[in-house]
Amino acid sequence: MSFARSFRLSGTGAPQLATLAVILFANWLVFPEFFDLRMQDGRLFGSLIDVLNRGAPVAILAIGMTLVIATKGVDLSVGAIMAICGAVAATMASDGYSLPVILIAALAVGLVCGLWNGLLVAVLDIQPIIATLILMVTGRGIAQLITEGQIVTFTHQGLIAIAGSSFLGLPMPVVIAVVLGVAAAALVRLTALGLLVESIGVNRTASTYAGVDSRSVLITAYVVSGLCAAVAGIIAASDIRGADANNAGLWLELDAILAVVVGGTSLFGGRFSILLSLVGAMVIQAMNTGILLSGYPPELNLIVKAVVIVVILVVQSPVAGRLTTFFRRR
Amino acid sequence: MTARNLPLIATLVVFIVAYALCAMQFPAMLSLRVVANLLTDNAYLGVAAVGMTFVIISGGIDLSVGSVIAFTGVFLAVVIRAGIDPITAFVLVLIITTLFGAVMGAMIHYLETPPFIVTLAGMFFARGACFLLTTDSIPIDHPTWDFITSLNYRLPGGGRLTLVAMIMLVVFLAGILVAHFTRFGTYVYGMGGNRQSAELMGVPVARTTVAIYALSSGLAGVAGIVFALYTSAGYSLAATGVELDTIAAVVIGGTLLTGGVGTIAGTFVGVLIQGLIQTYIIFDGTLSSWWTKIVIGGLLFAFILLQRGLVHVAARRRAAARMAAA
Repeated sequence: MSFARSFRLSGTGAPQLATLAVILFANWLVFPEFFDLRMQDGRLFGSLIDVLNRGAPVAILAIGMTLVIATKGVDLSVGAIMAICGAVAATMASDGYSLPVILIAALAVGLVCGLWNGLLVAVLDIQPIIATLILMVTGRGIAQLITEGQIVTFTHQGLIAIAGSSFLGLPMPVVIAVVLGVAAAALVRLTALGLLVESIGVNRTASTYAGVDSRSVLITAYVVSGLCAAVAGIIAASDIRGADANNAGLWLELDAILAVVVGGTSLFGGRFSILLSLVGAMVIQAMNTGILLSGYPPELNLIVKAVVIVVILVVQSPVAGRLTTFFRRR
Repeated sequence: MTARNLPLIATLVVFIVAYALCAMQFPAMLSLRVVANLLTDNAYLGVAAVGMTFVIISGGIDLSVGSVIAFTGVFLAVVIRAGIDPITAFVLVLIITTLFGAVMGAMIHYLETPPFIVTLAGMFFARGACFLLTTDSIPIDHPTWDFITSLNYRLPGGGRLTLVAMIMLVVFLAGILVAHFTRFGTYVYGMGGNRQSAELMGVPVARTTVAIYALSSGLAGVAGIVFALYTSAGYSLAATGVELDTIAAVVIGGTLLTGGVGTIAGTFVGVLIQGLIQTYIIFDGTLSSWWTKIVIGGLLFAFILLQRGLVHVAARRRAAARMAAA
C-alpha cells in the first residue's frame, strides 16, 4: 500500500482552489448577487462574507483535526468539546466573570480534554477512533452537567463581541480562523514539528526508533485539536448568546474531518496541509450556502457530502494511484 | 484462554452486581415485567449490535447503522402510506439495506480505504436519503401492521414478551450460531486476528468483507423494522447516535476493538447493561437522562482499559515464553 501513496495529486493545492472556484462560480450562476458586497456600520455584508463567517468554526476545528489526521489518527470528540467549552463560557458569563477569565477557563477545559485524548492514544495506545469516542459519548453529558440541563443564555457584552464584532470589516470569527490557521501553519512548517508529525503518520514505530519523541508529538496534536475545539465552542456560544449542550457542535466533527480530507490531507497519515484544510472548510460551507441559495432542500447537503467523500476516496485510493503510475509509464 | 474470556466474565459480573444493587434499592426491578420491558425497549439496539459485533471482530467499524435504522423507518412509513403491504415493504427495505452494506464493503475492500470514512459517507448518504423521502414524522397505520405489533407472549406475572423482543432474541441466537459454527464466522475471526495471515491461509477476504458489511447493514435494516414496530412511525431524525450506542454495547460486551476476539453473547450483556442504566434512571426519577451517557462513557473507558491491560499481559507472557524456549 505504501508506495502508491507517494502519488501526489494535491501538492500545490490547485485542485482544492479550483474546486472552490467552481463552486463559487456555480453559486453565482444560481444567485447573481452572490459576489455583491456592501459596507455597513464599518463591516462588510454579503453572501461571500456569510460563507466565510459560517465556515469559520469548522475551519478552526479543521486546523487541529489536520494535525491529528496527519498522525494517522482521528478526533471524534471535537463537537463534544465544543459543547463543553461553550457550556463553561456561557455559565461563567451569566455568572458575571470578566472576559479574560472566561476565555482562559474555556481554553483550559479544551486543553484538558485534548490532553485526555492524547494520553489515551499516546500512552495507553488505544486506537484514536475509539479513544476519542469515549469523550464524544460522555462530553455532551458533561456539558449538560455544567449547564444543569438548561440552555444557559447570557448578556455578557465582552463574550458576545467575540462572534459579533468585526476587524477590518471582516467578522471576528473569520479573523480568528485565519490568524489561527496561519499561526499553526507557520508553527509546523517553520519548525521541525510538521516533519515529526508526518513521520509519525507514516510509521510511528520507525519514527520512535529513529529518535522521535512520538508520545509528546501525538499528545501535542490532540491538545491542539482540543484547543481549537475550545475556540470554536466559544465562538458558537458567543454567536447564539448561550450554550445549548445538546446541539452545540453537533456533527461538526464529521464536517471537520471532511474539510481536512477535501484539503488533500491523506487519511493514511504522513501528508498534510493546514491552509488547504481551511480551503476545504470553505468548499464545504460554499456548497451548503449554494444549496440553500438555489432553493433545493437543505437536506440534499448530506447526499452531496457523501458523494464528495466517495469521489475523494476514489481519487486518493491506492488503486487509483497504481492506475496513474501505470498510465504514466506507458 | 481464560485471559480471552476475562472481558466477557467481567461484563457478566458488572451486569449481575449492577442488577443486584438496583434490585436492592427497587425490589420491583426483579419482576418479569421489568425484564420483559428491558428486552422490548432495547430490541432495536440489540439487533444492530449483533451486526456491529461481526464488523468489529473483523477489525472494522460501521458508523452508518443509526442512519440506516432511520432510513428503514422512513421508507416503511412512506411506502406503506402509498399503499404497499407491510410484508412486501419489509422485504424491499431489507434488500435495499443489504445491498447498501454490500456496496460499502466493496468500497472498503477494493479502494483499500479505512472503514470509518466509507461508512461515514454511508451515514451521510442514508440520512440524506431519509430527508429526501420526507422531513415529517409519518405515523404508520395499516391493519396488518396493527396485527403484527399486537403479537406478544404473556409471561407469568403480567409481563409481555413482545414480538420485537422475540426478534432480538432470535437474531442473537442466529448470530451466535453463525459466529461460532459456520465457515463465514471463522473467516470473520481470522480476518480480525490477522488479515494477511487469513488471506494467505485461503480466506476469501474480498467476499467476506462485502458479506460482513452487507450483514451489518441488513441487520440495521431489521433493527429499523423493529424500531418502526416499536414506535409505529417513521422519522428522519430518529436513531441519531445509535451507532455509538451499538459500538459501546459491543465494547462493553468484551469484544476487542483491534479485532479477532469477541462474542455475540457478550454483546447481549452489553446491551442489557445499557438498558439497565436507563431503567435505573427511570426508576429513580430524579436523575437526568444524560447521566446515561456519562455512565456509559465511564464503562467504555473502564473496559477499554481492561482490554489494554489484558493485551499487555498476554504480550509479556508470550515474550517470557519465548525467552524460556530460547
